[in-house]
Amino acid sequence: MTSLPATPPARKLGLVIDLDTCVGCHACAVSCKEWNTGGYPAPLTDQDPYGAGVTGTWLNRIHSYELEAEIGPAGVEEVGRTIYFPRSCLHCDNAPCVTVCPTGASFKREEDGIVLVDEDKCFGCGLCAWACPYGARELDQGSGTMKKCTLCVDRITDQSLEEAARVPACVQACPASARHFGDLADPDSEVSRLVAARGGYDLMPEMDCAPTNKYLPPRPRRTGNRGQGEAPRLEPLAEAGGFLGWLDRVLAD
Amino acid sequence: MHPALSVVIFTSFAGAGYGMLFLLGLLAAAQHHPADLRFNLACLVLTFLLMVVGLLASTRHLKHPERAWRAFSQWRSSWLSREAVAVMLTFVPAGVFALAWLVFVRLDGVWTLFPLLSALGAVAVVVCTAQIYASLRTIPEWHQPLVLPLYLAFALATGTLWVNAVTWSFGVTAPFAPVFALITLVLAWGLKLLYWRRIDGLKPASSTASATGLGRPGGVRTFDPPHAGTNYVMTEMGFQIGRRHASKLRRIALGLGFLLPALGCLVMILAAGPLGILAGWLAAAAGLAGVVVERWLFFAEARHVVMNYYRSQ
Ligand code: SF4
Ligand code: SF4
Ligand code: SF4
Repeated sequence: MTSLPATPPARKLGLVIDLDTCVGCHACAVSCKEWNTGGYPAPLTDQDPYGAGVTGTWLNRIHSYELEAEIGPAGVEEVGRTIYFPRSCLHCDNAPCVTVCPTGASFKREEDGIVLVDEDKCFGCGLCAWACPYGARELDQGSGTMKKCTLCVDRITDQSLEEAARVPACVQACPASARHFGDLADPDSEVSRLVAARGGYDLMPEMDCAPTNKYLPPRPRRTGNRGQGEAPRLEPLAEAGGFLGWLDRVLAD
Repeated sequence: MHPALSVVIFTSFAGAGYGMLFLLGLLAAAQHHPADLRFNLACLVLTFLLMVVGLLASTRHLKHPERAWRAFSQWRSSWLSREAVAVMLTFVPAGVFALAWLVFVRLDGVWTLFPLLSALGAVAVVVCTAQIYASLRTIPEWHQPLVLPLYLAFALATGTLWVNAVTWSFGVTAPFAPVFALITLVLAWGLKLLYWRRIDGLKPASSTASATGLGRPGGVRTFDPPHAGTNYVMTEMGFQIGRRHASKLRRIALGLGFLLPALGCLVMILAAGPLGILAGWLAAAAGLAGVVVERWLFFAEARHVVMNYYRSQ
């Protein structure tokens, strides 16, 4: 059923991604591919995997952006920097990818808001990928069906895993703790508190998709020389005398 | 957007087919056509040919056409599903209409219900096709109120040209027919010129700044893509046509789709006989070719907001 849930899901599981700490290592993308190529959306195929023109299906992709320095009347107010930006499905409340699907393959779960594709129903028309503003859906050229982030639904609900492991693969893999998983409908959850404390925001709010996932902005950096905490200047070493001085002079010639 | 040939052929050919069905439905219901079985047969064969070529092309776009039957299920929310339902539902009255027309040659009484329902179905199909595109707010060039009237006008204009070509071939020369074709041509291409003006002046609501939430507009630039090669999203949504190339194709579309058919219509008004017939068929063929180019451009000139992640715009 591609109509959205009549009553908004009581739980809204999703990710909070911290652009301040992400180091752009791609560990989340790789572990996502590794887990999901054998999991719910299996397989995530690659084309020409060992050739020059390799392409393939990934559910999570890491972009890099450059922020210009902000120069105000008082000089540099914010230094220029590079931001690493992981992009995957945001499990939108108002998911256009779901409503456009003609076959009933795309759906949003009533119990926790996860957006999934039932690949046995998908006929590969690609319309849902057109409807998603975030590029979160890729039509697998091997299976001919639509793939997207599953929020690792087969992990987070697997009671045979110990509790600490019941998180998405990307969250567990991140070495910088830049990815957080939880219930964003519960204002007291850890992720909701993080969003409130750090000013988490929606991507492209003008698209009216009401994404569940939130992004935490990079924290401001200290700018340039402000005179405090500067390291003392290095003084040239006094020339050594004696044997060591002689050795130094010989070797330096 | 990548202009997939399957979809370009589908929307242009099927559009002309449903345009014909609409017109024939009205003409048959009004009993306003030559009482000639061969005329009816020729019209119907051409109509179904255009529709079927289009529909077959559309299944080429699917990776799993064997699951196409599932597309009838989600009409509550999906325009693509509604289109599939409308196509199937329209075949019912159109089938009865075709049979009755071939048996009775002219339809009256309750039988006029079927051509009327066919005409209604034809409108519904084209409305659904247009809405598939017009409902996508991710593609600002498509999310325009002009898109729906454009699809309807082009279907009517091309359908009219084909009906006229058949009519002339049967030696029936009603001067109003080419005049009507001219009116639909002016309407369709007039709307298209408006549309092109409109999309040329579009101010994008989204930017790399809003897509990433980083910085003021212009303060954030793409630095490195996520991977060295390409991917589905980039090839499907990243197709971009140069301005010069696009304006050349616009002129070609206008020449093929408007000028040649308009000229053909004028010749038809002035000359019956072989010259008029030839002009009729050339006008129909050129008109459809023009719409194929127009449809190709409809895709090629559309920019998806996801590309804000890939290149700063
Ligand atoms: S991010 Fe895209 S694929 Fe995911 S729910 Fe939103 S619209 Fe759908
Ligand atoms: S590609 Fe599959 S999931 Fe997406 S809209 Fe088409 S049928 Fe639905
Ligand atoms: S939640 Fe799972 S599927 Fe989604 S990006 Fe993370 S690892 Fe991939």
